[in-house]
Order: sequence, then C-alpha cells, then structure tokens
Amino acid sequence: MQLVEDLDRVEVKAMRDGYGEVLLELGKDERMWVVVADLMESTRVKDFAKHYPDRFVEMGIAEQNMMGVAAGMALEGKIPFVNSFACFSPGRNYDQLRVSVCVGKANVKVVGGHAGAGNGEDGANQQSFEDVGMVRSLPNLVVVSPADYEQVKRATRAIVVHEGPVYMRMTAPARPVVTSKMTPFVLGKAQVLRRGGEVGLIVSGAMVYEGLRAAEELSGKVDVEVINIHTIKPIDESEIIRVAQKCKRVVVAEEHQIIGGLGSAVAEVLVKEGVGVKMRMVGMSDVFGESGKPEELLVKYGMSKEVIIKAIRELVGK
Amino acid sequence: MRYTVSELQEKADEIREEIIKMLVNVGSGHTGGALGAADFWTALYLGGLVRVDPNNPWDEERDRVVLSAGHYCPAQYAVLAEMGFFEKKELMSLRQINSRLQGHPVVRCLPGIENTSGPLGQGISQAVGMAIVGKRERKQWRVVCFMGDGEQQEGQVWEAYMLANKEKLANLTVVIDRNNMQIDGRTEEVMPLEPLRTKLEAFGMEVFEVDGHNIGSIMEVFAKVRMVYERPSVILLHTIPGKGVGFMEGLVEWHGKAPSAAEAVEALSELGKTKDD
Repeated sequence: MQLVEDLDRVEVKAMRDGYGEVLLELGKDERMWVVVADLMESTRVKDFAKHYPDRFVEMGIAEQNMMGVAAGMALEGKIPFVNSFACFSPGRNYDQLRVSVCVGKANVKVVGGHAGAGNGEDGANQQSFEDVGMVRSLPNLVVVSPADYEQVKRATRAIVVHEGPVYMRMTAPARPVVTSKMTPFVLGKAQVLRRGGEVGLIVSGAMVYEGLRAAEELSGKVDVEVINIHTIKPIDESEIIRVAQKCKRVVVAEEHQIIGGLGSAVAEVLVKEGVGVKMRMVGMSDVFGESGKPEELLVKYGMSKEVIIKAIRELVGK
Repeated sequence: MRYTVSELQEKADEIREEIIKMLVNVGSGHTGGALGAADFWTALYLGGLVRVDPNNPWDEERDRVVLSAGHYCPAQYAVLAEMGFFEKKELMSLRQINSRLQGHPVVRCLPGIENTSGPLGQGISQAVGMAIVGKRERKQWRVVCFMGDGEQQEGQVWEAYMLANKEKLANLTVVIDRNNMQIDGRTEEVMPLEPLRTKLEAFGMEVFEVDGHNIGSIMEVFAKVRMVYERPSVILLHTIPGKGVGFMEGLVEWHGKAPSAAEAVEALSELGKTKDD
C-alpha cells in the first residue's frame, strides 16, 4: 500500500481543493454539469464555473430545488454534481435525494462539503455528523468518504465513471494527506493501510490519519491492522470479515455520529456473518457539537488519536 | 390520428370511464383530481399539444411531459394507453403488486413516464432541470409540467419558479390544476393561495387562465404559450374536481378515495356506459 513515507512529515491540504481541481479536469467531458447553492467559493466549484459557464448553474440558496434540478439534468443524460455543505445537502434536501434522485437511479453526484466538524466555529447547526446515517439507508445510492486531498481526487474521478447516484462527503479544513498519487482506489474496495494481528482498526475520512498515528504509537505494544473504508456503501464485507476473524477485536473510528455511521455498517456485516468480536466505536456519542475550531471539537468530542488508542487498549487489556 | 374538438371532448369522457374502472378495480387512489383534469390530459396528448410518439417513446426530440402532482397519474396512464404507449388492458393493474402502473409514477416505469413524483413540489424542479438543458443546448423540444394547486404550498415550487425566471425558460410550460381542493379541504381554507396569479406574475411567469373543461380553449391557450419569449409560462387550469360525475363534483371527500362498486356503476352510467360493457 503506497502511503506517504513518513507520517511525521505529511502535507496538510484541504479535500475540497482536490475536488475543485479534478472537477475542472473532468469538465472536458460535456456530460459534466455543476450546480451550487450559493457556496461557489467554499465548495471549490468556481474554476469549473469560469471555464464551463454553459454547464454551470448557480441556484441561489435553494437546496431542495437544486437536488430536483440535478435529477432533471440527469434524466437528460447529464452528470450533474450537486454542491453545498453536508448539513444542507443532504441535510435539507433528503426527500429530493430520495425521491427525485435515488428511486429512479438518476446519475446525480451529491458532494457534501464541510462534513463532520468542518464548520467548527459556525456551531452545531452547521456541522454534519449525521449525513452518512441519513443516506446509508437509501437504496441505489453509493456513499463515499475519502481520507484526504489525494483520495478525494481519485474518488471524484471514480464516481463519474460509476453510473448511478453517489453521495461523497468531504471534511474541512486542511487535514494531513496520507495517501499518495500511487495509492490505488477502487469504489467498494477497502484498503489495508497497515498489517497487524491483534486489533482491526477500521477508519474512514479524516480518522484515517488519526488511526494510522494511533497504530504507529502502539507499535511494539499492540499489533494493529488499519483498514480504510472509503466506500461506506456498498461496503467491502469480505475485507471486514477477514480482519475481524483474524483479530477478534475491532475498533471503528469516524468523524460522524456513532449511531448510523460506519461503525453501524461494520457491525451489520459482522452480525450477519456471525463473526464474534469485541468491538468499540469512536465517533460522536449521540450529542450535537458547539462552536470551536474543528481540531478542538474532535478532541473534545472524542475523535482523536488518543481516544482511538484508549479504545484499542481497553479491548486488548493492556 | 387527428380528432376534432368535439371528438376530443367525447374521448375525455371515455378517459373518465377508464379512470373510474381502474380505481374501483383496485379500491384505492385519487378520483377527484384525475376526473377534473381528464379534459386537459386528453387535449395534451390526443389533441397533439405535445410531440410524442408511442412507437418511439424515448425519441430524443420528444416533448417532455413531467407530472409533478403524482396522484393524478390515473388520468395520464389512461391517456397514454389510449395513445398506444402500452396496452389498455394493463390499466387494470393500477396500484397492484408486480404492476408497472405505480400508485405514484416512477421514472420510466412505463413508456411515456418521464419522472418520479409523489412528495409534492419535486416534479417542477426536475422539469426546470430538463428545460435548462434543453435551452442551453438549443433543443427544439419543450417541457410541460403538470401540478396541483395545493402543491403550490410547497416552498420548493417557488424556488423552482425563481430559477425558471432567472434562466428565462420560455421552453417551460407549467400547468396548475386550479380546482381549489386539497386533501384537508378547500385550498383557500387550508392555506390560502390567492392572489395566485399576482404571485406567479411577481415571480416572472407569463400567466394564462383557461376553463379546464373546454378543450378548444385549452388548445388556444397552448398556441399563445408558444408565442411567449424569454420567460416561462403558467396556465391556470380552472377545473371542478370530480367533473363528469354529479355526486363527486366539487366534493373534497373524493380527493383521495376510490368509488365503491355501487358508486362506480352509478358514475359509469352517468358517463354514458355501464361497468360491464
């Protein structure tokens, strides 16, 4: 697995920058359309808008209409990208995502920015710790949560090729970049980022970095296998079962509510297969956030390397 | 096949009979709106107000008919079958298991069904999305979106109108069935819409009003809509819910229910036929 060589010397870059760059590159494809609800700069769609004004629509502050309009474009053979913050889209337009997009498998790509603690200072109501839980139950929808800037770029190219609706969440602001241009990316395929035999640590999004740091710090004490689930749906069942059977202990960490998120998805797989494991989940514990810097929120609400280490130590009893 | 206006009015009553038969057969569905809009749906398709081809239902150049108020679908299904999009006998499968005739339409569940609808207000946004693509790519095809009047209470609808105005969608025709009725009662009691025309005009729409039971007038107003440039049009279709069946006309209780067997016999006899023929 080709990650960056040294976790102590990582670049810090914003996921949305990678997204904006690839969006512009993909704009050469005339099926590509972009719609946005008054967040052109924040969602990094400005360059696309400048280069391809004929395939860009500024919707104003109207997320429900935006989702429906995108569905109409998809019915005309286009590949519309729907852009806003995750708290508004799919937060505000869930029914439009469900009915106008998912029921008919409209080829719409919904990109929720500033997910998790992303909108830190703006306070609880602009943060989105619930989006994965909301959309994961929608049939026909693929749910993607890339790890970092580089992976967002790979994921954006991949979801264009996938025929059908996709939700991709991106956190903010700039976070450490651990994957590289060489890191493979296949939709629906989990990535083993580190081999180990005692605890299976399953992570997604920005928790990939925290998880890798935790595993590194425990090195020599606890042998941790780190697996990145960038595609939360459809989830890579066989890889989850494999690591659970091997380690018998599983920790899941995500920048999301514990209820309904990746941890729930992993538990569903393990219960179905009857794999008996001890499990801990790291994430938001059924509470809303508050104003603060994203990194402060992640610490206060228990989504950090330290909390992951604590969970792992609890499981192995050392 | 070309019909005269009086032939179309007769056809509309046949469509009403089909609607009654479909609904009584399954024992559920929305009767009032479908009967009230039967003249419009007949005019739209059989009167040639949209260019569609039952033998090539997904022709790129077809006009797009978007049903936003999904519960009117029995009327659209009946007219599509009359046009030959699918066999008439399939109409009796409405709302039943394994049927293509869903209680609220799903996109391409049947030839001629362009979109998914149900939760109100969603069809208009899809229609606007299609019309933006059509306009920017200089297509000749037009988009007709059919809505209920109660549906205008959804905020999403006005978001869509704002965008349609911004994009100057002259290729979009919105038809609002102004039958003054919704599930909980008369629109003006449940949530007043008036002055609806003024509101729509304030949102930049070119507004026409027409007697929704006069097919000749409906055809004339569509000719006028084609002369509107640089802005979307709205046709306020004044109708009576339950039209054609005396004991249903104008009564809110028929919004969301199907006739019993005895009521269906009575309705069909009023419409000129009995259920058995």
